[in-house]
Amino acid sequence: MSDASDDPLLGLRHVIRDDGSADPDTDPFLPEETLLAMYRELLKIRRIDVRMLGKQRQGKVGFFGTITGQEATPIGTAFATRQSDWVFPALRESAIMICRGFPLSTWLAQAYGNSADVLKGRQMPSHMSGRAVNQVAWSSCIGPQIPQAVGAAFAARQRGDDTVMVGFMGDGATSQPDFHSAMTFAKRWNAPVVLICQNNHWSISVPTEKQTASKTIAVKARAYGMPGIRVDGNDVLAVYAAVDEAVRRAREGGGPTFIESVTYRIGPHSSSDDPTRYRSAEEVESWAAKDPIERFERYLRKAELIDDAKRAAILDELEAEIAAAIDAVEDLGPPPRESLFEDVYEALPPNLAEQRDALRALPEAPKGH
Amino acid sequence: MAQLNMVQAINGALTHEMGRDDRVVVLGEDVGKVGGVFRVTEGLYDKFGEDRVIDTPLAEGGIIGTAIGMALYGLRPVPEIQFSDFIFPAFDQIVSEAAKMRWRSGGEYSCPMVIRTPVGGGIRGGLYHSQSPESLFIHTSGLKVVCPSNPYDAKGLLLAAIRDDDPVLFMEPKRVYRAVKMDVPEEDYEVPIGEAKVVREGDGVTIVSWGAMVYEALTAAEQVGQDGVDCEVIDLRTLWPLDVDTIVRSVKKTGRLVVVHEAPKTCGFGAEVVQRVMEQAFLHLEAPPVRVTGWDTPFPYTLENEYLPLAHRIAPALMSTATF
Repeated sequence: MSDASDDPLLGLRHVIRDDGSADPDTDPFLPEETLLAMYRELLKIRRIDVRMLGKQRQGKVGFFGTITGQEATPIGTAFATRQSDWVFPALRESAIMICRGFPLSTWLAQAYGNSADVLKGRQMPSHMSGRAVNQVAWSSCIGPQIPQAVGAAFAARQRGDDTVMVGFMGDGATSQPDFHSAMTFAKRWNAPVVLICQNNHWSISVPTEKQTASKTIAVKARAYGMPGIRVDGNDVLAVYAAVDEAVRRAREGGGPTFIESVTYRIGPHSSSDDPTRYRSAEEVESWAAKDPIERFERYLRKAELIDDAKRAAILDELEAEIAAAIDAVEDLGPPPRESLFEDVYEALPPNLAEQRDALRALPEAPKGH
Repeated sequence: MAQLNMVQAINGALTHEMGRDDRVVVLGEDVGKVGGVFRVTEGLYDKFGEDRVIDTPLAEGGIIGTAIGMALYGLRPVPEIQFSDFIFPAFDQIVSEAAKMRWRSGGEYSCPMVIRTPVGGGIRGGLYHSQSPESLFIHTSGLKVVCPSNPYDAKGLLLAAIRDDDPVLFMEPKRVYRAVKMDVPEEDYEVPIGEAKVVREGDGVTIVSWGAMVYEALTAAEQVGQDGVDCEVIDLRTLWPLDVDTIVRSVKKTGRLVVVHEAPKTCGFGAEVVQRVMEQAFLHLEAPPVRVTGWDTPFPYTLENEYLPLAHRIAPALMSTATF
C-alpha cells in the first residue's frame, strides 16, 4: 500500500463533510438519479424498521433485527455491485435485496414466516435470502458465511465468470476462526471477493474494545497480505466509493479487499435485547447525531437535489408502498405442515416419507408460542 | 480386470470423474503435490493442475467453508479431511451449513459436495488418528453418510456420491486402504447410495457391520460356523439413508441380530439399527439384539486391539445370541 491514506490506522475515509459539502478528492460523483435512488432506499429501510418493530411489539411478528443507523453500508454496497454479484449476508444486510429488486411483500413475508415466504417459514425473521437476487441463505451462527464467500469467489473465477462475491460480518465475527481462515484463503487464492465488516461497536452487549485489543479491525487485513480499508460507515458515499473500488479490483483480478465500515447500532441487537443494560444514553445520542440519512440529506440539500416538499413526497410514496406490501402478506396463513419435510434432501428418503405420513395422521398442533 | 486396493480404486474414481466433469475439484491439506498422506490423490495434481487439486492452508473449517461456497456456485468439490479426528474444526460448516443449506434456503441453494475422510483404527494412530465419528453426522438431517468396506464399492460409491445433489460424508476405513485387493472394473459404474449388501448368507444370526469391521464379522462368522451357527453378514455400505429393508428381511429370517461397529457403544449407530429392527421385526426376534462395539472411552494407542470389536469379541456374542 503505497498511499498513506490507505493506512487503516490513519483514520476513516469520508466523502460528506459536516456542512454537507463533498470532499472533491473522494467524491464518487454519482449521477443525480443514482443519488436520489440511494436516498429513497435509505429512507425506505429506515421506515421498514419502524413499521416492523411496531409489528413485533404488537405480536404480529416474533422477532426483528433492525438496522437503524447502519443503513449506509448495505445501501452503498447495493449500488456499488452488479446484480450478478453475490452477497453472503450477516444480520444487517438483508435490505440489499430490496435495492436489487426483490419484491418487498415477499421480503416482508419472511418476517411473518408465512406461505408467501420463499424460505417456507423455516428461519427466524430478519434472515432473508433469495436466489433471484443472488443473496445467499445464511445461518444465525456467527462467521461461517465468510469462507463460503471466498470459496464461491474461487469458483466464479474458475468458471471464467467475472462475478464478485461480497461477504459481510459484524465486528464480533472477526474473533471467529472462520474469519481467520477466510482471510487466509482469500488472499492465498487472490479470490475475487470483498469482505465487509460492519463495526457497529456492539456484539449484543460486548463492546468492540472487549472483543479485540487490535487498534482497528481493518489493520488485521495487513497480516493476511490484503488491503484493509477503514471507511466511515455513516457516510453512504464513502461506503459506495470504498466498495466500488474493491469490487473493481476484484473483478479485474486484483484479489480481495477487507473493508471495516465504522458505524453504530442505534437500536437494540434485536427486538429481544435491552441495550440500556449495557450502554449509556449519551453514547447512543452521540452517534444519533451522526445519523447516516440526515448526513446524506444535508449533502442532497446543499446540492439542491431535495427540499422539504420533495422529501415529504418521497416519504408519502414510501409509506403507501410499505403499507401495501404489509397488507399483501400480513394475513396469509402458515406454509403447509408437510413442507417441513421438503428440501432436507433433493429427494425424500424413506425415513422422512414415513415421518411425513405420521405427521399427516396427527391432528394439527396447538397454535401460538 | 485390474486387481486394485482401496487407495487405487478411490484414486481411479477421482481421476475418472475429474476427467469427465470439469466442475469436480479436490482440495485439502497435502492433497496436491504429495498426493495426500495416504496417497489417495496421487497424480491428480500433475494431471489436473493446481486450480483443481488444491493444497489448502491448514484449516479444516476453511476447507469445508470454502468448499461450500464452491458448491453453491456450481462446482462439485471433493474436500478431504486428512483424518476424521480432525473434522471437528469444520463441524459447524458441515452440520449447520452444508447439511442445512437446501432446507434453510427453501430449496433455492444446495451444497453438492463429497467430504472424503479416513476413519477407524487399526493403524496404531492413537486417539486422534483412529476415531469413527459417523453417528454425529447421521444425527444431522441433510447429510448422507457412506462407508465402503472394499475397493469395488469404494469406486462405485464415490462416483455415485460425487454425482449426488446432496452433501455426502465419505468415510474411508484406513485399515482397509492397502489390506485388500480385488477386481475393480476400469469403466464407469455406480454403487447406489442407500443399498446395503449381504456379503455372507446364513439363517442363524444376522450380523450388521460396515467398514473395516466387516472383515472381523466375516472371520467371526467362519469361526462360529464350525460350531453350527450359520451367520448372515450385512455390509451396510451406506449408513445414511439406512437400508432398513435389507436388515429387517434378514432378521425376519434369522430372528437374531448382532451389530458390530468401532465407534463407542452409547448413542452409536448400532443403537439406531437395533431400534429399527425392534420397530419392524419385534415379533420375529428370538433373542435380544446385541451390540459389539468400541468401549465408551477415548480411542487408545497401546491397547488398540483391546478397544476394537475384533473377531475374538464378536464370536462369543454370536454364540450367546444363537443359544439364547
